[in-house]
Amino acid sequence: MHKVKRLGKLAAFLVLLVFGIAYFFPFFWMVSTALKPDTQLFIYPPRMLPDPPKWSNFYDAVTAIPFGRYTMNSLTIAALATVGALISCPLAGYGLARLRWKGRDLLMIVTLAVLMIPNQVTMVPLFIVFSKVKLVGTFAPLIIPMFFGVPYYIFLMRQFFKQLPKSLEDAARIDGCGEFRVYWSIMLPLCQPCLLTIGMFQFVASWNDFLGPLIYLNDEFRYTLQIGLQQYKQSTNIQWTQLMAAATLVALPVIVLYFTVQRAFVEGITFGGVKG
Amino acid sequence: MARKVPKAANAERVQAKAGMLFCLPWILGLAIFYAYPLLSSIFYSFSAYNVVSPYKWVGLLNYQMLLKDKVFWIGISNTLIYAAMAVPLSALIGILLALLLNVKLPGRGIFRTVFYMPTLVPVVATSILWQWLLNPQFGVVNYLISLFGIQGPPWLGDPSWAKPSLVLMAQWTLGNAVIVYLAGLQDISRDFYEAADIDGAGTFQKSMHITLPLLTPVIFFNVVMSVINTLQVFTLPYALTLGTGKPANSLMFYSMYLYNNAFAYMKMGYASAMAWILFVIIIAFTLLLFRSSNNWVFYQDEG
Repeated sequence: MHKVKRLGKLAAFLVLLVFGIAYFFPFFWMVSTALKPDTQLFIYPPRMLPDPPKWSNFYDAVTAIPFGRYTMNSLTIAALATVGALISCPLAGYGLARLRWKGRDLLMIVTLAVLMIPNQVTMVPLFIVFSKVKLVGTFAPLIIPMFFGVPYYIFLMRQFFKQLPKSLEDAARIDGCGEFRVYWSIMLPLCQPCLLTIGMFQFVASWNDFLGPLIYLNDEFRYTLQIGLQQYKQSTNIQWTQLMAAATLVALPVIVLYFTVQRAFVEGITFGGVKG
Repeated sequence: MARKVPKAANAERVQAKAGMLFCLPWILGLAIFYAYPLLSSIFYSFSAYNVVSPYKWVGLLNYQMLLKDKVFWIGISNTLIYAAMAVPLSALIGILLALLLNVKLPGRGIFRTVFYMPTLVPVVATSILWQWLLNPQFGVVNYLISLFGIQGPPWLGDPSWAKPSLVLMAQWTLGNAVIVYLAGLQDISRDFYEAADIDGAGTFQKSMHITLPLLTPVIFFNVVMSVINTLQVFTLPYALTLGTGKPANSLMFYSMYLYNNAFAYMKMGYASAMAWILFVIIIAFTLLLFRSSNNWVFYQDEG
């Protein structure tokens, strides 16, 4: 019986290993290609490792397009959108989880229902609105909505607030704290893992966003990295090594961010309520 | 006693007011960024509007023209074919990976990270990377296939292989679903397994008769989300083909054609009609899944 069990575990591990290698390999290939001299690119069979690595590909990649400017633009949008989501979503999540008021349950249902609305339905009227208030071409349409709340993050915050013990806020209320004080100095600090999680989600979503900047940013000066990378793909006579170097650089910040907040990420999500 | 009642009522009133205030930004956000666009897009769909010239009511004309629009139908069929391949395959691989990650094996944390990492890579970077991996002549994927003595397909260069290529790429980024499946697996009560152990059930039997049935609520959730997202597929094919849908329109997906109509040809009314048709298709599939769920979704607490 034990022998069978161990054989089963070994088989499971091998399958996992095969998938793990398959999922990791593209990352390896991206970096390996980014470091290849052009002469080692179009050869068959392909070379696994560059010899010697050509580090200047990275320099060429960042100088071929206004990489610094695009990075600043992406960073500005992602940072402000993240601040917006971190202000608005905990507020709504708290109001939905810990306070009793008329209309709360309806608001919760609506919050979940709007998750179903395809972006394609709202994007045309929103574009028309933003063009009427002359904000097309600015970062505003990519940032302002987050200051009003993002349904998925509101749902996550609500789930997190729900599981905190009630004794905490009661004690504070007896001490005469106002509702906002209870929220701000007692409940919110306990949500750090969840705040880190939604902060990471929003940052990654804004950093990686393609459709939003594609619709709203028409001036090259304001392009984000994603749009810049796409332009670059279009304009050059496909320089694979430089493209891979640029792709590596564009992917790196979010991967580093993930590793930084990874522990919070696992704690921060409670999937209670996923079912049913 | 006499003082306590009004005080409690007062506290309730304070809370009711506070609750409303806490949610006020979101209620405004719902009105501005969801309710208004949702309703106005119905009106736009009955109009000819290009932002510059004034709004003109055209009745059902947009919808009538869509029915005669060849690319519209190509978009629908491409999207449905793609979803029919991608949704079941991602569910299958997602569940398999989560089941494996749920076994106490060495390096579990590393594997979980490896499966999640691709979801962080910007889609434009993913598109560049996979175009190179799947390069028919010098790509490493076809090289690896050739080691088994098989000649690799032309992938994105061939209309009949383009969608399968996209399905393959989508499998690389299913980390979010894996995390949700894994959370679902960890929610399954140990009691069920202990009972099965007493009955002498093997690992495979336990997976088939306990784990999978109890995972069906999570599978249901993931499949619904995956259908909704897959029917809206946009960024990956757009980035791959720079919006053209090449080769031979095989990667012209519904949302890409919608985007082109709205923002390349400025046909806002036409695009809004397309958006509503997409919305109806999505609702129909979701309802269908909910209907079917009675037959295959089991809940733990219903015993």
